[in-house]
Amino acid sequence: MRLITADDMEEIALGAAVLGTGGGGDPYIGKLLAIEALRRHGPVQLLDIDALDDDDLIVPAAMMGAPTVMIEKIPQGDEIIRAFREMESYLGRSITATMSIEAGGLNSTTPFSVAAALGLPLIDADGMGRAFPEIQMVTMSIDDISATPFTLADDKGNTLLINTVDNLWTERFARTAVIEMGCSAMLACFPMTGRQLKQAAVPGTISLCQRIGRAIRQAHNDGQSPIEAVLEVTGGYRLFGGKIGDIQRRTVRGFTRGQAVIAGSGRWTNQQCTLQFQNEFLVAQTERAVLASVPDLITILDAETGEPITTESLRYGFRVEVLGIPCNERWRTPKGLSLVGPQYFGYDFPYVPLEERVQQREQ
Amino acid sequence: MRVGIDVGGTNTDAVLMQGNSVLAKIKTPTTPDVFSGIVTALRFLIEREPSALERISAVMIGTTHFTNAIVERRRLQPTAVVRVGLPATAALPPMVDWPEDLCAALGDHRFLVHGGHEFDGRELSPIDPEEIRGVAREIVRRELRAVAITAVFSPVNNAAEQQVAELIRELLPDVAISLSHEIGRVSLLERENAAILNACLQELAAKTVSAFQQSLVEVGIAAPLYITQNDGTLMSAEYAARYPVLTFSSGPTNSMRGAAFLSGLKDAMVVDIGGTTTDVGALIQGFPREASVAVRVGGVRTNFRMPDVLSIGLGGGSIVKSQPLTIGPQSVGYELHQKALLFGGDVLTTTDIASAAGYFDLRARKGGRAKLAALDPALVAAAVDQIHALTEDAIDRMKLVADDLPVILVGGGSILIDRPLKGVSETIKPEHFEAANAVGAAIGQISGEVDRIFSLDELSRDAALEQAKDEARAKAIAAGALAETVAIVDIEDVPLAYLPSSATRIRVKAVGDLAIIREGVSS
Repeated sequence: MRLITADDMEEIALGAAVLGTGGGGDPYIGKLLAIEALRRHGPVQLLDIDALDDDDLIVPAAMMGAPTVMIEKIPQGDEIIRAFREMESYLGRSITATMSIEAGGLNSTTPFSVAAALGLPLIDADGMGRAFPEIQMVTMSIDDISATPFTLADDKGNTLLINTVDNLWTERFARTAVIEMGCSAMLACFPMTGRQLKQAAVPGTISLCQRIGRAIRQAHNDGQSPIEAVLEVTGGYRLFGGKIGDIQRRTVRGFTRGQAVIAGSGRWTNQQCTLQFQNEFLVAQTERAVLASVPDLITILDAETGEPITTESLRYGFRVEVLGIPCNERWRTPKGLSLVGPQYFGYDFPYVPLEERVQQREQ
Repeated sequence: MRVGIDVGGTNTDAVLMQGNSVLAKIKTPTTPDVFSGIVTALRFLIEREPSALERISAVMIGTTHFTNAIVERRRLQPTAVVRVGLPATAALPPMVDWPEDLCAALGDHRFLVHGGHEFDGRELSPIDPEEIRGVAREIVRRELRAVAITAVFSPVNNAAEQQVAELIRELLPDVAISLSHEIGRVSLLERENAAILNACLQELAAKTVSAFQQSLVEVGIAAPLYITQNDGTLMSAEYAARYPVLTFSSGPTNSMRGAAFLSGLKDAMVVDIGGTTTDVGALIQGFPREASVAVRVGGVRTNFRMPDVLSIGLGGGSIVKSQPLTIGPQSVGYELHQKALLFGGDVLTTTDIASAAGYFDLRARKGGRAKLAALDPALVAAAVDQIHALTEDAIDRMKLVADDLPVILVGGGSILIDRPLKGVSETIKPEHFEAANAVGAAIGQISGEVDRIFSLDELSRDAALEQAKDEARAKAIAAGALAETVAIVDIEDVPLAYLPSSATRIRVKAVGDLAIIREGVSS
């Protein structure tokens, strides 16, 4: 157990943006919301997954909506507390701890607000080890843990309780409700016992975020390459480097979809890399080969500063490095791939683990 | 003919240009009233070229005055900050991530009221006129004269900001109101920050721009006055007085565009060495490369498009200390001509080192020559090495390719560099290098911008983009740009709504040369 204070949030949010793979919402807003809550209510306990009792009740907290909306319509502040109260009153018992649903992006820091406000510990784990666009795309789904009961609250004071037959239905109903709520809402979901969580979650990811963030900062201070520092902490690979050219974006059913083309430089001169995204980067490919695909992590860093760049802040002319980071092993199981593999996102090629793709190219 | 003036914190630089040539130039200290420094500069130019008085067709001023006021927290006025977005947004109040001293300078006058819109233009909540009148009465009671109004999703629908402004004006007809949708883009905190910074500069802006205008009147110049924006384009003096925030970072932009113009290079690194700092940036197709991360001004996060510039503490006035050898970041600044050894002072500066190394020959004063001759040659050699190494390191950090690139050296302090630089294919010190910032102001361009929501029900995205481009071109020409020089420099489209009825917000910027300048070329 250790205490997380407002001072830790810079590093955690920076690391979370790296794991955010271009999506997961603006980590800046997430960081400010957490810092504001920690200042107001005091520090939050970060608990190792092993510290949980089997019958503890853990409820992850998250923000749901379009990233472009979240940076404009900031929450009212009590949404998440109302969502938790609604959950507790439906289940008839108190929540023991909360957790991040995704370690990547804004939602890595969302639960800090409710943890601080309600005095709940936060579990050092998440349900993705990265960011994904849809609710059912969590390791809990591999274990058939239900996303429901699921509570949703908006800035106007509306609260919804959803019970569904499976997690895909939860996603459908919740997405529709969130659009009506102005494309941004707070939610409590996947109520779990301690025993379930130990089996299903990706452990240690909040600490990993902090280690990544610290590595980037330290590299800066020491005049070292932040890109190398990130690769070292995450065990990732350098996939491509160059300048952003054409970017296309469109909004489909509450998601930002599109693609960005990178003109290669350095050892990738005369090559071109296309990045496909749906909130997060899904696929990176050159004319010749797929470099990486979901569920492995594709993350774009500013070539100089090592600052992660989100899909909505991509702009023409940015010089970037494309990194690939291996995903959690559970995503590589048949059930994991059916949830978040390339085919789920509409691509017709099979999933090949990042390490194998890198090896094939090197041969 | 046209005049370009750069009003910096230390010096005021001015050039008189005809077509592509610099007819006269001057560097004179910036005066606390701004006015007399500009008058001195203008009088000098006219003395050099007496026919200019009749023939000047435009005067362009670039200024760091407003940026400096924010950075130094000086001459800022207490500001009422009105955010229109309740019940949303309360979790992060306005100025949440600001430095404390800047908050203190503006006072705590933050008001959250109901109103604003959703992403798709729906109303977030209705405006309550009584609530707004209550805020207005409070503004009266606190005797505030500047107001910044920011409504949620005002870039999509600005009605809420307009309505709140009208309600406040009912009670306060003379208050200066800054509306966020006129200044920034989507992203509430950054746009609100920009609106607040703009509001707190209103009195200073009115005074400063009026001093600019008065200085023209004083020397008898009747030509129109333009102020340069951070993207290198011009705005009218009246517009600048209302939107001083748009001048932020125009200094580096002017220097870099001036460097491109004077050297004829479009892709190069630019090293601008001033009295206290050196700014290093990259030119891409004649324009400064933009920063990819949010730029902070005086510690406040904004989402302006700003040139990506690295500043290091090396300038012509940087203080050199021995044992161990250190250079800068302390500088004698504008007191160089009193304090440097060369001029008879007792502070060893980088300018003294460059002179002792024989880089230039300035007339020394009051035994300055003897003081330089007494310097340890080993110290001079080591300092020269370090000055070049600092510069090489800064260039390397801003380069995005490993290849050697050409470097354009500008600014008064570029006399410090006289050796070939590592990682540089050639070093160009163009004629008039010391006045690159003023030249950059003089060649400022005119822009036209369209920022509107297009329904894609009857129009394809491509057709909408074409329509927006045509309108932007027409606006630039109407504003004074020469038709054949107008080009589209920026396109941004943000899809707004969800299928099936889709709409997109398109922002297009067209830029062209000021028509009267071109006429000047042919005459």
